[in-house]
Amino acid sequence: MSERHSITLTLNGRSVSAEVDARTHLADFLRHQLKLTGTHVDCEHGVCGACNIMLDGRSARSCLMLAVQADGAVIDTVEGLTASGLIADLQQEFVARNALQCGYCTPGVLMTATELLSRVKSRANPSRAEIRDALSGNYCRCTGYHTIVDAIEAVIQRRAGAIS
Amino acid sequence: MKAPIFTYRRPDDLDGALALLADHAGEAQVLAGGQSLMPALNMRLSSPGMLVDINRIGTLRGISDRGNVIRIGALVRHAEVAESSLLTSRVPLIALAMPHVAHMAVRNRGTTCGSLALADPSAEMPAVAVTLDAQIVLHKRGATRTVFARTFFKGLYQTARDDNEIITDVLFPVAQSDEVFGFAELSRRHGDFATVGVAIRARQKPGALEDLSVVFFGSEPTPLLSPSARSVTLPADSTDAALAGAARAMTADMEPIDNHQGRGDTKRKQATVLLQRALRDMLGRIHV
Repeated sequence: MSERHSITLTLNGRSVSAEVDARTHLADFLRHQLKLTGTHVDCEHGVCGACNIMLDGRSARSCLMLAVQADGAVIDTVEGLTASGLIADLQQEFVARNALQCGYCTPGVLMTATELLSRVKSRANPSRAEIRDALSGNYCRCTGYHTIVDAIEAVIQRRAGAIS
Repeated sequence: MKAPIFTYRRPDDLDGALALLADHAGEAQVLAGGQSLMPALNMRLSSPGMLVDINRIGTLRGISDRGNVIRIGALVRHAEVAESSLLTSRVPLIALAMPHVAHMAVRNRGTTCGSLALADPSAEMPAVAVTLDAQIVLHKRGATRTVFARTFFKGLYQTARDDNEIITDVLFPVAQSDEVFGFAELSRRHGDFATVGVAIRARQKPGALEDLSVVFFGSEPTPLLSPSARSVTLPADSTDAALAGAARAMTADMEPIDNHQGRGDTKRKQATVLLQRALRDMLGRIHV
């Protein structure tokens, strides 16, 4: 019988309390207990990036973190970021450029892009090489990387233009 | 692909964590960044009876300047190391190595001290620690000791750390004004574990590099400090042939292991090329 723990976290802007098994990782907690299936699970050992979520404002692998460790944390998933409209421009650009094909890797890629976009200032914007470097932690098995880089670059330029 | 059953404890202070490790020695494992432990649990390569989560222990945070050394606490993430202007300026070898360490989301969680504790043969931080002979600070209940990196790594995933000890800090010596550093690695995908890599520290004399510390990693069970390198002097105007010869003499020290990343003799050739390139880059940066 697995040990149970009570946790309270801020998930997509709302306080959530739950009981979790000690051994349950965050991705399974989100998907199975909370039915938030936007976070995808693939390799479960940190290689593919499909399960990326935002943890306290930065991207993290939800398969490499226990649900009990999210106690007190601020977690955002693709559901929350979509509802908030914070990445609406990014999502529209993905659609416009066919940067999602089967869509399986997309939520994880969006988290990587969200962290990258959080660094956009009027100066020192992430370059195309830096976008590729950041995306090196996400596998797209449709291999549609080029359009993903294009979409992120377009949003970086648009947001930087809006700042300056 | 799901972790086995374990008990989970999250002490608020170091004494609490050390007590748990002392009372459950051999059964309890430390959970810091979890970027290697969690895959091992998910794949059931590891089945500890207890995880001691040290993430709430505030005293293990932080990067600080201690004069001759820079201290990196056990909870300092790779991302924090990469973004530290103190480390970039005072321990430039870390700055050269960091772009090769994992991927963004993993860097946000994984820790320097955790990387040292795991001692993956293809990880960058153990190689950097051996190159600079960093001091690894270990605490157990009632005792503290410091182990130099050059004696810390004992074998494949084997270190001098006992089961009841936590690495609380690592102390990296600050670069001296006459020191020059180099780093190069080969991996299948950028940010993945290295097939083979090399980390280098050298002293610059007028028109030459000498007193080389050359460490190969990824290819051996532990980071390998080249015995041949120490006596080498490299003139700034070394020809490509001379550099290739020097690199070949140093990679002759290697005993590379065959694995899915390639045959041992292939890795030796790859290391020779990486070393030659890194030395060329270093020679280009010395003041003649």
